[in-house]
Order: sequence, then C-alpha cells, then structure tokens
Amino acid sequence: MTIGGWIVMLASVSSVTGLFIWCLWRVVQDPGEKERLHGFEMRTPDEK
Amino acid sequence: MSVAGQERWSSRYGVIFAVAGSAVGLGNFLRFPGQVAQYGGGAFMVAYFLSLILIGLPICWAEWTMGRYAGQRGYNSAPGVFHVLVKSRWGRYLGVIGVIIPVVIYMYYVVIEAWCLGYAVNFFAGNIHFGSAEESSDFFSRFIGVAADGGALGLGWDRVNPYLLLVFFLNFFLIYRGVAKGIELFCTYAMPVLLLLGLVILVRVLTLGTPDASVPENNVINGLGFMWNPEKVFLERQTAEGWDKVTEIIGQGARDEAATQVASDPSLRVREVGIFEQLGKPQLWLAAAGQIFFSLSVGFGVVLTYASYLSSRDDVVLSGLTATSANEFFEVGLGGLITLPAAVAFLGVSGVAGMVSTFGLGFNVLPLVFAKMPLGAVFGAAFFFLLFLAAITSSLSMLQPGIAFLEESLRIGRKQSVAILGLITAGGCGFVFYFSADLKALDTLDFWVGTFLIFVFATVQIIVFSWVFGTHRGLIEAARGAPFPVPAIFAPIMTFVTPVFLLGVFGLWIVQNVFGINFGAGAPEFSSYVKDLFITPNPVAWMSIALVVAFGVFVAILAACAGVYAKKPEGTTP
Repeated sequence: MTIGGWIVMLASVSSVTGLFIWCLWRVVQDPGEKERLHGFEMRTPDEK
Repeated sequence: MSVAGQERWSSRYGVIFAVAGSAVGLGNFLRFPGQVAQYGGGAFMVAYFLSLILIGLPICWAEWTMGRYAGQRGYNSAPGVFHVLVKSRWGRYLGVIGVIIPVVIYMYYVVIEAWCLGYAVNFFAGNIHFGSAEESSDFFSRFIGVAADGGALGLGWDRVNPYLLLVFFLNFFLIYRGVAKGIELFCTYAMPVLLLLGLVILVRVLTLGTPDASVPENNVINGLGFMWNPEKVFLERQTAEGWDKVTEIIGQGARDEAATQVASDPSLRVREVGIFEQLGKPQLWLAAAGQIFFSLSVGFGVVLTYASYLSSRDDVVLSGLTATSANEFFEVGLGGLITLPAAVAFLGVSGVAGMVSTFGLGFNVLPLVFAKMPLGAVFGAAFFFLLFLAAITSSLSMLQPGIAFLEESLRIGRKQSVAILGLITAGGCGFVFYFSADLKALDTLDFWVGTFLIFVFATVQIIVFSWVFGTHRGLIEAARGAPFPVPAIFAPIMTFVTPVFLLGVFGLWIVQNVFGINFGAGAPEFSSYVKDLFITPNPVAWMSIALVVAFGVFVAILAACAGVYAKKPEGTTP
C-alpha cells in the first residue's frame, strides 16, 4: 500500500466516521429534542 | 385524510434507524469496494464525495421535506405527495413511479435476502467449506438455480426455498405490526446489531496479517492497497490492437517480479495510471455518482413515505443528515475495509481481479475466503447474517410505500392492505424465483426498475422540489423544527446544480448502458437489456417488463379512481 493509499483511506474513513459521530452527538445534545419527539401509541392492526 | 394518517414514528431515533436501515444494504458491503478498487481509491473518492454533496444530500433533504409536508396534509404515499405538491390534477401520476419502484424491487430483493440468510445458516451448520473457486461457484449456482428455469425448486437446507418463505413472511409480519411497532422497533434493534457485527468482522479482517507465509504478497495491507491506492499500476502486453492488461500490480514483491518480466519480454510494460488520468474518465464519474445514488436509496420513494409519518415540528435536516452519515459510515468505514482486503489476503490480487461484481464478490469469492479463515464458519455465518440484516431493513422499507398507497387510495386498514400487497408481491417474487436461469428476470427488473426508473423518479423529485414547490419555500419548510437550517449554499445547488448534474449522469448512463457506447473502450453495441427486448427477444425479459407495466397500470387506475385525490387539500397549492 502506497503512502497515497494510506492518506486516501484514512481521510475517507475518518471523514465519514467524524460526520457520523458529530451527527449522533448533535441528535443527543439537541436541547429541544423532547419537544420534537411525539411518541404516542399508535393503534395496532388488531384494533382496526 | 387517509386512514394511515394516524400512524407516527414513536421517536426520532427510531426514524433515523429506519431510514439508515433502508439505505444500508448489500451495496455498502459488496458493490462499493468493487467500484473503489476498479477505479483507484483516490480518484473514485473525489468523485464519490462530490456526488454526495451535489446529488445525495440535496435529494435526501428534498425527500424528507416533501414527505413531511404531505404527511401533515394526510398523505403518505408518493402519489399523495405529488398530489399535494403539484398544481396539476395529473401530479398524482408522477407519484405512481414512487410506488412501482419499491414494490417491484422488493419482488427480487427479498430473493437476494434469502440467499444471504441461506448462506448464514449453511455456514453456521458447517455445510460450506469450499476448497476451490469452482466448488464455491457450483454451490451458488445450485443454491439459486441459475442453470435453468425452475432450477431453484426442491426442498433442502442447501436450497433457497425455505429461506425465501421465511424472509417473505417475516417482512410481512413486521410490516403488519405497523410503522412504530414493526419497522421502527425492528430497526432499532437490527441496526446496532449490524454495527456490532460489522465491527467484530472488521477487527478480524484487519488482524489477518499474512495468512499464508509461503505467499507473502497475499496480505491485508496489499488488500487495502488494492482498494485505496490512488494510482493503479498494471502489467500490460502489446497486441495488434494496442496494450492489454495482464494483471494489476500491488506491493513491492509484485513490482520487482513485473520488472523482471518486462526486462526479459519486450512485449510487456508496466504502466501507472494516476489520479488525474482516472478523473478524466466519464465511467468513473458515472460509477461514483451511481454508487452514491443507489447506496443512499434516493429516488426510491421510500423516504417520502417514511417522512410523511413525522409530526409537523419533527426535525428533517439533522435527521436526514444523520441517516445519510450512518449509511456512509457503514459503506466507507466498514464495507471499504472488510470485503476486498480479506479476499486479497487469502486469494491474492489475481484471485480477486475480475470477481468484484456484487454477486461475484459476495457469493463466490467471500465464501471461499471464510472457508480458508480460522473459525471461518463462525465469521462466515456472522458476515452473511450481517448482509441479511442489512437487506431486511431495506426490504421492509420497500413495502411501506405500497402499504401506504393502498391504505390511502382504497381507504382500507393495514390488515387489508397487507393482504393485497402480500398477494401482489408473492406473485412477483414467485416469478423471479421460478425464472432463475441466468437470473434473467431478476437482472431485467433490476436494470429497468432498480436503475432506470430510479433515475427518472429522482429527477422528477428534485425538479418538483426546486422548481414547482420552490427551493426557497422548501428550505424554509425544511428548517421547521430543525436545530440548524440546510446551509444556504444548497439553495443554488438544489435549484441548478443537482438537476443538471443528475440529468448529465442519467444521460451518460443511457449512452453507456442502453446504447453501449463505452467512451473509447470498444465498439458501441446495444446492451444485453435492449437486445433482450428488441433485437433477440427473450420471453422472460418481456414477461418481466409486462409484470412492471401491469402493476403500473393497476397503481395508476387506483390513483385515478381514488376519491382522496379528487381535490387539493387547502393551503397547498404552490
């Protein structure tokens, strides 16, 4: 594996991993999160 | 208001898991590595990330926004979304494609899903211990019945039948339970398990080292180099027509050996293809844009339906970005480091070259690799179970648009809509399963629906969002409930760049894959898909097209007759 290969691989993997972790962190940290969650019971098929 | 309008996701995490699960599929682990290796890591990734920004993210945000907007007005299906967004009464018919695509793809995708589960079970049971590529290929051919139509019939654990029945009913059982208690609940557990399995297999692959000390060039580092090196080095032989590739050279040992060969044979040469030469090839751009496009599942119509179950203040910007980034992590961070490096470590570059197609890599090369690996039965079972989980979270998402449309247009409940869609997809699935010779039915449907129609529908969606609904209005709508808005730079991108880039890629795809013009790599020739229909007509190919048309007509008739589309909901006329 060439130095260019290492650079491309590390840059690609770290950028997508970094973005993924940042997104998860933002979702968890979002202060208004609870207000935007609308978890209520849906009707199940059997009840229809 | 549709009957389905009462359904909602129960949490933001659930919808993110579900959308990410829809996007993460076989392509992340099997198609992506082959594409990167073929075009050289550096050049491919430049085009890949550019396509992500110019096509992937804009269409993703457009779908989330349009879906939520229509969902607030009581519509959950693609015809309903376009009925809300397009002023003309014909708008609903644009959405018909958004029902055809996921339902028809489900008909063959569930068959491939059954292959994955079948391989996982057979690995676990110790039935797969191939000694040669021929054994691996023979098992796969018998398993899926590729030799003749009806070749997959017959019972047994080494046949696809029992797995197909199991996964078909599992999909419908989960769909029957509904959006929150079926899809969301399953994806909330399946996605973390998928991640865990991926990480375990990744650690195993990266610690393989050099499995056979007598063949030192077959090692993981060379496997990574095969994928990620930005420059490709080939040994080529001069012929009457020009220079033909003999093999790709990876590693210092192979370079030294090639230099010796070149010194003794004047018809040979070593040629290095740099990153800029690769970037000049239209095929590379087509491959990179296509990979982003199909990997993110944009243009499927799935996200439109999924987002329609959000509430008005639920975020779409960060949720869409998170689902996209999850897909990218699975694809680049796991898929890019697992499959090809493992294959090269055991089989060498020459053993893998030419076998990097999705099915070739997944069901011929990798079973051979796991068979040679210590604890191969365990890791083989884990890997194919990972593929199965990736596939089922995608196939579930393909059913929901059809369910939503039936509920909406016929004003029926989930029980009835599941029964109707079950019958339709059982017929289509049986068709694909029976006509297994050369995988003709599967291949034809995948080309015309799984590729061609997706291009069409993605183009329709971005044009409707940018030019009918309006980019400015769309981005304001997207910002509702979001912790941050879509960056302003995306306004001109979504209005001009994405449609032009998408149409350019679509045009290039038609030129290459329909008319067979391959930009300097051989004489133009119509693709086999065109030949199967018009030059040397193939009955199975024609029946496949007839199946799609019949289902399309059925959906269009329902869209035409449904009272729910009789008038526009108030306050939605663009």
